[in-house]
Amino acid sequence: MNRYPLWKYLSILLFVAVGVFYALPNLYPDDPAVQISGASSSLTLNESEAAIAVKVLEKAGIAVKSTEVSPRGDSVLIRLTDSEDQLPAKAAISERLGHDYVVALNLAPTTPEWLTSMGAYPMKLGLDLSGGVHFLLEVDTPRAVQTRMDVYAGEIRTALRKERLRYRTVPEKKGSLARELAFNDAATRDSARKVISKEFPDLQTDTSESNGRFLVKYNLTEQQIRDLEDYAVKQNLTTVRNRVNELGVSEPLVQRQGRKNIVVELPGVQDTAEAKRILGKTANLEFRLAANYDAAAGTYETFEFRSDTRRTANLERDIILTGDQVSNARSNVDTQTGGPQVNIDLDNRGGQLINRATRNNVGRSMAVLFIEQRFMGNRTEKRVVDGEEIEVQVPIYKQEKGIISLATIQSVLGNSFRITGLDSRAEASELALLLRAGSLAAPMHFVEERTVGPSLGKENIRMGINSTMVGLALIILFMLVVYRFFGLVANVALALNLVLLVGMMSILGATLTMPGIAGIVLTLGMAVDANVLVFSRIREELKRGLTPHKAIAEGFDRAFVSIFDANITTLIVGVILYAIGTGPVKGFAVTLSLGILTSMFTAILVSRAIVNMTYGRRRQLKKISI
Amino acid sequence: MSEKKMHGHVRVFNFMKLRSAATVLSVLLMLGSVATLFVNGINFGLDFTGGTLVELSYDKPINVADVRSELDKLGFEDASAQEYGAATDVLIRLPGKETDAHMGDRVARELNAAYPGEIKVKRVEFVGPQVGEQLRDQGGLGMMLALALVMMYIAFRFQYKFSFGAVIALAHDSLIVLGVFSLLSLPFDLTVLAAILAVVGYSLNDTIIVYDRVRENFRKVRRGTPEEIVNISLSQTLGRTLATSGTTIMVLLSLFFLGGDTINGFATALLVGVGVGTYSSIYIASNMLLYMNVNREDLIVPVKEDEINEMP
Repeated sequence: MNRYPLWKYLSILLFVAVGVFYALPNLYPDDPAVQISGASSSLTLNESEAAIAVKVLEKAGIAVKSTEVSPRGDSVLIRLTDSEDQLPAKAAISERLGHDYVVALNLAPTTPEWLTSMGAYPMKLGLDLSGGVHFLLEVDTPRAVQTRMDVYAGEIRTALRKERLRYRTVPEKKGSLARELAFNDAATRDSARKVISKEFPDLQTDTSESNGRFLVKYNLTEQQIRDLEDYAVKQNLTTVRNRVNELGVSEPLVQRQGRKNIVVELPGVQDTAEAKRILGKTANLEFRLAANYDAAAGTYETFEFRSDTRRTANLERDIILTGDQVSNARSNVDTQTGGPQVNIDLDNRGGQLINRATRNNVGRSMAVLFIEQRFMGNRTEKRVVDGEEIEVQVPIYKQEKGIISLATIQSVLGNSFRITGLDSRAEASELALLLRAGSLAAPMHFVEERTVGPSLGKENIRMGINSTMVGLALIILFMLVVYRFFGLVANVALALNLVLLVGMMSILGATLTMPGIAGIVLTLGMAVDANVLVFSRIREELKRGLTPHKAIAEGFDRAFVSIFDANITTLIVGVILYAIGTGPVKGFAVTLSLGILTSMFTAILVSRAIVNMTYGRRRQLKKISI
Repeated sequence: MSEKKMHGHVRVFNFMKLRSAATVLSVLLMLGSVATLFVNGINFGLDFTGGTLVELSYDKPINVADVRSELDKLGFEDASAQEYGAATDVLIRLPGKETDAHMGDRVARELNAAYPGEIKVKRVEFVGPQVGEQLRDQGGLGMMLALALVMMYIAFRFQYKFSFGAVIALAHDSLIVLGVFSLLSLPFDLTVLAAILAVVGYSLNDTIIVYDRVRENFRKVRRGTPEEIVNISLSQTLGRTLATSGTTIMVLLSLFFLGGDTINGFATALLVGVGVGTYSSIYIASNMLLYMNVNREDLIVPVKEDEINEMP
């Protein structure tokens, strides 16, 4: 009676041990740090940069805890003792090292190796606790669809002209994507429709007749619109990700949210203006012909290669087309030679432009030029406004142009062509990426921004811990007073519940936020409910005259149904909150749902195990402390 | 209670004696909530309206009126400023329509330039108007979905009368919390929405515990009117109800006083909700069962209880 078999004790113990183990990393707080990395990936860093940085910091009177060079040599991490020093340290180092290096604030984990080697890491802290900035960008997907439709319209007109079918364009209706063409007779219309459906099988066509005119209406299918929107968002996501990487932030989050939003979270970055500039900046591409050897001075310019600045090439001043006209680019393998290649699709106008440019230039070389606006810091300028002289900060941009590919034109090019003769597959995929990422598929704008300063983050953590501890202490006291020994059991279960919840969140890599802490505190309050239910049931059964052993067994069994039903329904609410919620709601839902699961385990199994261990062996149990 | 009635060793309180009075009270409270929602509306926070919010920390205590006049001078006429948490901290709000993502930075920069000392930016939030609308829809949708699923679960585990009663109680609780927020025009943001959903969870928990006893007693207690059985069940669970409400309210008070401004609204909503939820599981959820003439026949088919009892 009231005994668990040994395997049950052991498995409970094992589960608790695992939870405690994975909760441990949270005891080691992060070090404030600055991270130095190269502005381009080719730059490797070593001890010398670290030494320079340390010297700079010493001069500025900033205490350094330690420095480490990453194994791959792509970054140097300098741990500081005080988080107040982070911003001055960043400013001092970036002033000394210049624009070839990116210096970013960082929170460096201090988890010991015996924990990390087992995959145990601390919980991630939300921006409200760690400080940082959260952006929500909205992609203007209708614009992307509209652009695609314009391209189709152009291509259809060309196709109809080629077939010598006379048409008139019907003015577009506002708010409608569909386009219409009018014809003089039914026969022309029908053959036009045939041409359209044959050459553009993706388009939906429809015929009608009004006022003696014969109309063909064409439109994108719903599926296609969705695909196009999806493509635009994915494309912009790639671009944003590339740009965020340039910021050198540790653990940035770039994620798609919903149908057309992109979330960017940058923990630790406080200079939101800089972050916004970089995310919103435009990079572009130009296609140009290589200049002939006998080209007159002034008709060409000399550019460096992006991959190797010592190599240069002369390009004509005339631009054939720009990156906006690239609709897609993919890297793959040339089926004939096995060499890497990049397939490029252009829109209609781009196709025409490149066709015209290459018609008489087969055998010459064409270059793809990458143009970047780089933010170089602010300059103070004096301006006279309303008769008063004021100082204003003007951002300085430097336009950088570099060749990313130079290839020989093999034939007259059209809407889609390929670039071969690349050195490696890596180069091919990078070229494709730059062609895609160089320009956005659709315009984007900021729809949400949340910045939390580091001091507020710290304050939130302190308040969160305080309120949890006080809440916990109150419950512990209450349970001891009301249920005596059984209250103690419930308190042990409750404390374990908190540890297990932290452990679970660490294992799942869940993010802890301020509402999440509120969720934990609430779960603590509600977690004792299960114990209260069991204990009041035991008391009731004792009053009915059952022996203590019987009462304990009955209490746990009878209360289980209630606990189960009540928790499942609350869990339903939690899961829905998680599924539909964003930001604070999600953070709350995570801790609430996980808390329900861990509290069911601790309140039922763990507390029963403790009770069984205490009373189970005594056959003659007269009285229990409840 | 005039007469002392016992069921076994539990003293039975005649809760349902007050059921008509409670019904009147609840109806009045709900009507009042609806009225204040219509008259005062809800003071939607930034999350739902869109706009910009800047929290600044001055190096010395600052007079909010000075900040206001400074904002006017800088051309932010629509901005409102209030002291936030400490004498040195100011919260500035800029309403939705004309703000963009750069407004917050600009306000902070220009105030700092005009101020002789140092101002630290603690927090900047910008929410576009479309986002706000989306969030509002999402919140409403989530609430409906949660209620529907919970109703289905209870109908499956208990009976449809129970699920109806539980949902009425939940609607009652959330409506009154909304009413309190509207009446006191407390800011309603995403965390408060989360709190209301937590209230739903909590009140449900409470209701189910009571229902569970009602179901058990309808099967076990051979004699007695439905009203007596409900009274017995409520009395048996009273100890537990008070203990759990007590612990929850204790932690909520700790959150309310120590949790800081960001979760103050959250704690307020839950404090109101837990109070109302405890009341409603007694006087709404159980009361509704009586109004719907719950009886033994409703519960005669045992719900696969054996299966579940074997689990612990």
